[in-house]
Amino acid sequence: MSAYIDALIALPIIIPLLAGALSLVFWRSHAAQRWMGVLGTLLLLIVSVHLLLETWEQDHLVMHMGGWHAPFGIVLVSDMLAAIMVILTGIIGFATAVYSLSDIGERHERFGYYPLFHLLLAGVNGAFLTGDIFNLYVWFEVMLVASFALLILGGERAQMEGAIKYVTLNLVSSMLFLTAIGLLYGLTGTLNMADIAVRLGEVEDTGLVTVIAMLFMVSFGIKAAAFPLFFWLPASYHTPKVAVSALFAGMLTKVGVYALFRVFTLIFDQDVDYTHEILLWIAMLTMLTGVLGAAAQFEFRRILSFHIISQIGYMILGLALFTPLAILGGVFYILHHIIVKANLFLISGLTYQLKGSHELKELGGLYRSHPMLGLLFMVPALSLAGLPPLAGFFAKFIIIRAGIEVEAWLAVGVALVVGLLTLYSMVKIWNEVFWKAQPAGIGPARSPGRSLFWMWPPIIGLALTTVAIGLYGQPVFEMAERSAEQLLDTSRYIEAVLGADYIESLQEMRR
Amino acid sequence: MNMQSLILRTAGNFLLPLLLLFSVFLLLRGHDEPGGGFIAGLVAAGAIVLYLFAMDIADARRVLRVDPRDLLGAGMAIAVLSGAPAAFLGQPYFTAQWWEFALPGGGELKLSTVLIFDIGVYLVVVGAVLTIILNLAEAED
Repeated sequence: MSAYIDALIALPIIIPLLAGALSLVFWRSHAAQRWMGVLGTLLLLIVSVHLLLETWEQDHLVMHMGGWHAPFGIVLVSDMLAAIMVILTGIIGFATAVYSLSDIGERHERFGYYPLFHLLLAGVNGAFLTGDIFNLYVWFEVMLVASFALLILGGERAQMEGAIKYVTLNLVSSMLFLTAIGLLYGLTGTLNMADIAVRLGEVEDTGLVTVIAMLFMVSFGIKAAAFPLFFWLPASYHTPKVAVSALFAGMLTKVGVYALFRVFTLIFDQDVDYTHEILLWIAMLTMLTGVLGAAAQFEFRRILSFHIISQIGYMILGLALFTPLAILGGVFYILHHIIVKANLFLISGLTYQLKGSHELKELGGLYRSHPMLGLLFMVPALSLAGLPPLAGFFAKFIIIRAGIEVEAWLAVGVALVVGLLTLYSMVKIWNEVFWKAQPAGIGPARSPGRSLFWMWPPIIGLALTTVAIGLYGQPVFEMAERSAEQLLDTSRYIEAVLGADYIESLQEMRR
Repeated sequence: MNMQSLILRTAGNFLLPLLLLFSVFLLLRGHDEPGGGFIAGLVAAGAIVLYLFAMDIADARRVLRVDPRDLLGAGMAIAVLSGAPAAFLGQPYFTAQWWEFALPGGGELKLSTVLIFDIGVYLVVVGAVLTIILNLAEAED
């Protein structure tokens, strides 16, 4: 039984690594790589479903890598939050792998699209599952290295320009992260997150702990594209292939948000009045700047990129309010957002293939020629804006309700206004791309013989998922509820990782 | 790229096998002493690069026999799979497995999945470094 659990936790990392290695072995055959992409991610999705079910049964799953026990070895831990994130990686990975069949040409495949794609998924899953703060850094780097290469795949001028900002800011963030880990290690003498959480209770110099907390906040804030260091995101996300954009938009910034959720519930919950008050302001400003930035844009993917930022604000707001309902809302929001945002990017890619442009003023008339696509766009777009009965409505509703309960009126007001402005942006896209007449003299850029067939199933599947979460949201709500419970009751996590004996011996030492 | 230096060409011929042998030595010694797959891979890649400088790209590719990208993929697959035996024995992934063999002349041979992992790392490093350098060298020509 325990061997089954061990394998289950490790597989979401092993499968993409192995699939990446095999697609490198078969780098000569484009067809083999494509099927490896689809089959590998499908397998990943199946395993992650099992992981989620098993985590639901047993609360926390812990695996001691290589048989070296915590706090000395590296542990992989799956709690509800991690399991939810892993299953989302599976969904988005599978959707983009299928989409890539039509989107990614041989030229990009020759530069190693598929191996990098798998490496990115491995990095993302590793970051979600690890219980060791330095290991988290390593997975961040795995993910970033893969994302750097994916971002410049194709080597166009705009890509290079975006990549410079992306790489520079992310390296700064990594340096801060590493510095913070060093300080934390100096203070506590351990790298295991559960062990750090226990030992920070004994540290007398609470001022230093807060300083380290702020370093983590800035570092993860950059990776999550939170205010004020978000500008790398709109500079780069609209430049690579659409499948890559969708994968980035769905997963990458959310890894930063996940890290914030993990660290600011498990480790830094000593001085909540100070740290989470700052998070609250970050959240509000992130929401506002993101949505205002989007209002000024007239390029399909740039609008969507700015909306990632404003949505990140909602998630951080959930963390900042720090009540069970707010954290629940934050997790629900992440869950809904990943599916919706990836889908919107996939749709932008399909409209590009159909009409040959990303610029709103060059697009038009899509509703007349492809009414089905219009409908498919409406689902994620309205969900993003928070209209019932779609998933986004419940996500926003829970967070705003949580805000009202703690009487954070300013945050509630901002969240409502930003929701309205999001609707404005989505209606703008709808009007320009689907409703208005096709501007004269602009036709599709791609050869008409190109098959777009594989772009449809992922878009339809993700749209149906969004509707399903809205209509039958109870299980999803319960999962988010459980993860909020786990995040706020850290003793369960700590005991699962370290074992009751170890904690007892620590307490005896203290006496 | 070709320097046409007689001394370098002659030395390159002798140094290549020596350096490759040395890299294998480093690889095998790595478990308990300084060495290991990473540094051994760098030494092996260095040997091929030296040969590239002494001769030319076609010679370097010929002496390597396989495309470095194949090494990269194979190495990564080997490294990842080296953790798998533990999983089949009901232990956590990557738990080291040891096999001991008595050698005919007395003494024993210890093999482990750790060594297999190191061989994977070795191949990944050789593959990655040579993919980059050979491509750069070709771009320069």
